[in-house]
Amino acid sequence: MSNTTNNTTENKNLELENGEVMNEEIRETTEAAVDELYVPDDYFSEEAPAAEEETAAVAEEAAAPLEPLIQKKPDKKKKKDEDDDMSYHKPIIKRRKPNRSIAGDIFLYIFLILVAMLMFFPIVYAVESALKPLDELYKFPPKIFAQNPTLDNFSDLFVTLSKSWVSFGRYLFNTVFITFAGTAGHLFLASMAAFVLAKYEFPGGKTFFKIVTVAMMFTGYVTGIPNYIIMSKLGMIDTYWSIIIPAFASPMGLFLMKQFMEGLPTSLIEAAKIDGATEWCVFSKIVMPNVKPAWLTLIIFSVQALWNNRASTLIYSEEMKTLPYAMQQIQAGGIARTGEAAAVLVVLMVVPIAIFIFSESQILETMASSGLKD
Amino acid sequence: MSQFLNDYIKVKKHNFRVGVKKARISKNCYLFLAPYAIIFTMFFVMPVVISIFFSFTYYNILEAPRFIGVQNYISLFLEDDIFLISIKNTFMIAILTGPLGYIGSFLFAWLINELPRWVRSVAVVIFYAPSIAGNCYVIFSVFFRGDSYGPVNAFLMNWGFIDTPILFFTNPAWMLPICMIVILWMSLGAGFLSFVAGLQGVDKSQYEAGYMDGIKNRWQELWYITLPNMKPMLMFGAVMSITQAFGVCDVTMALCGYPSTDYAARTIVTHLFDYGFSRFEMGYACSIATILFLIMILCNKAIQSFLSRVGT
Repeated sequence: MSNTTNNTTENKNLELENGEVMNEEIRETTEAAVDELYVPDDYFSEEAPAAEEETAAVAEEAAAPLEPLIQKKPDKKKKKDEDDDMSYHKPIIKRRKPNRSIAGDIFLYIFLILVAMLMFFPIVYAVESALKPLDELYKFPPKIFAQNPTLDNFSDLFVTLSKSWVSFGRYLFNTVFITFAGTAGHLFLASMAAFVLAKYEFPGGKTFFKIVTVAMMFTGYVTGIPNYIIMSKLGMIDTYWSIIIPAFASPMGLFLMKQFMEGLPTSLIEAAKIDGATEWCVFSKIVMPNVKPAWLTLIIFSVQALWNNRASTLIYSEEMKTLPYAMQQIQAGGIARTGEAAAVLVVLMVVPIAIFIFSESQILETMASSGLKD
Repeated sequence: MSQFLNDYIKVKKHNFRVGVKKARISKNCYLFLAPYAIIFTMFFVMPVVISIFFSFTYYNILEAPRFIGVQNYISLFLEDDIFLISIKNTFMIAILTGPLGYIGSFLFAWLINELPRWVRSVAVVIFYAPSIAGNCYVIFSVFFRGDSYGPVNAFLMNWGFIDTPILFFTNPAWMLPICMIVILWMSLGAGFLSFVAGLQGVDKSQYEAGYMDGIKNRWQELWYITLPNMKPMLMFGAVMSITQAFGVCDVTMALCGYPSTDYAARTIVTHLFDYGFSRFEMGYACSIATILFLIMILCNKAIQSFLSRVGT
C-alpha cells in the first residue's frame, strides 16, 4: 500500500509539469496496483467462493426454464467470460461476508430503522412539546409537531427561575460546583486506586475489587437511609460535601478505569521503574496520559449521575439546592406550567446527551475493556 | 487428626507471614488505594453493614435503636400486605424488563455492529440517549395523559376504539404495563455500550476459521463464536441490568404518583422510601433494604452460573 501512495505522490509532482498525460498514467498505475492488492485480499480460500458460484448457478438455472433452450448455450458462455472478469473486478456481491443473505440484511435494516424511530420518538416529542405554545399543548386532536413553534416556554422558564427567592444563578452554581468537584475528585481518586489494582499484586487487592463489583449493583435509594445516618454522624448534612464525597468513590468509575488500565503493557511501567521513577511518577507521567479515553468515560458517567442529582434528602437549605430540584418544583406547577415543564425536560436532557455525542468514540474505546472476568 | 490440624495451622501461619511480608513490600500500593478505599468503605460498604445491623432493631432516629430480633422480617412477610404487593410488582417488572432489556441491548448492539462506522455511531446515540436523558421519561405522562388531550387517548377516541379516555396512570390495570414500556425504553444503558464496544473487539480471524469449519448461518456464528467471546461483557451487562431491574422506583413514582392507586405501582424501593423517608421507621426500612441486597446478589450468582454455559 505504501508503495502505491509513494507512486501517486511522485506522479502528482510530475503532473504539475505534464498535465493531462501524467494524469492518465496515474490512473493506470493506481488501478493496476489496486487490482494487485485486491486479489489476495479475499475472505477465504477457494472453497467458499466456489460454493457461492454454485448457488448462483443454481439460481440462474431455476430461472432458466422460462427461456427457450437455444439461448441457454451462449448464455452460459457469457457467464464464464464474466467469471473470468470477476476475478479482477469483483462485484459487490462477492465482497459480502458469507452467511449473510440480502433478504435477511434488508429485513434487519428495516427492523432497525423502525425500532430506532420508536426509541427516538419520545425524545423528539419532548423537544416538540417544549416548542409548542400553550394553546397547542391542549388542542384536540393533538398534533405531534408544533404548528408555529416558539421559544416562549424557555423564556418563561428563565423568567420564573429568575423571579424565585433563590436566584437562578445560585441553583446553577450549586449544580455546576457539585458536578465539577465530584467529577474531578472521583477521576483522581478512582484512577489512583485503579492503577495499583490493575498493575500490582498485593494481599487484599483482588478481594477489594470483588467487593467493588458487587457494590455496582446497589442504587442510591437502597443505601440512602444508612448513608443519611452516617452523614449526620459526620456532621455533613446540609453541606455540599454530603453529595460530593460519596461521588468520589462511585464503584462504576473504578471498575472501568481498572479494566482499561489492565490493557496497558506492563513493560512500560517496568521500563520507567528501571529508569528510577517512583510510583507516583509512573502514575502521573506514564499511566495517566495513556488512559485519556478512560478519563472521558469516567467523566461522563460521573457528570450524568451528579448533573441529575436532586440532593433532596441530604441538603435542605434552599440556597444550596440544585438546578434539577428547582426545575422539578416548576414542573410540579400544574397545568399553567405545562409548557415550562416541557422546557425543563429539554434543558435537563441536553447536557448529558451533548457530552455523550462529543466523547462517544473514547467512551466506546473504554467500554471495550469493561468485561467482567470471573 | 491432630497431626493434620497442626500441619494445617502451620501452613496457615506461613501463608499469613508471607502475606504480611508481601504487604510490607507493597506499602505504596496501599497508600495509593487508601483514599478511595476509605471513602468507598464509608459510603458503600458501611451502609450495607449498618442496614443489616439496624434491620434487627426498632429505630426511629429520635430514640436509641432497640434490639427486637427478627421481628421486622416476620412482620414484613406475614403482616405487611403492601410489602407483598411491592415484591410482586418488583418481580413482575424485573422478570419482564430485566431479561428483555438485556437481550435487547445485546441484540441491537449485535445488529448495528456490521453497519458502516458513521451509521453505527448515530445508531449508538439514538439507542443510548433515552437512558441518559435526565428525567425525560416524564414525557410519557403527557403521552399517556388521562384526558382526551393526551395523544394516545386522542388517537384511540378519534378512531372510535373507546368513547371515554382511559385513565392510564390511575387505573391499576394499566399502570404496570405502561411503566414496563417506559423502563424498557430506558434499558439500553451502560451494558449496551459495553456490548457495542466488545463486539468491535472480537477477533475477525475467528470468524474466518469458523467459515472454514462449516458455520452456515449467522445464528451459528452468533452462538459458537460471538457469544463465547463476549462472555466478560455479558457478565458486566448482567450486573447492570440487575441493578436497573430491581432498583425501579423513579419511573413508577414519577408516572403513577406516590403513593399510587391501590399500591398498584409500588415497588420494593418505593416501599423502602415510604418507611425510611416518610414514616422514619428506619429499622423496618433497613430490613427491606437487606432483603433487596440479598435478592440482587442471588440473582447475580444465578446469572453468572447461567452465562458460564453459553456457547458450549
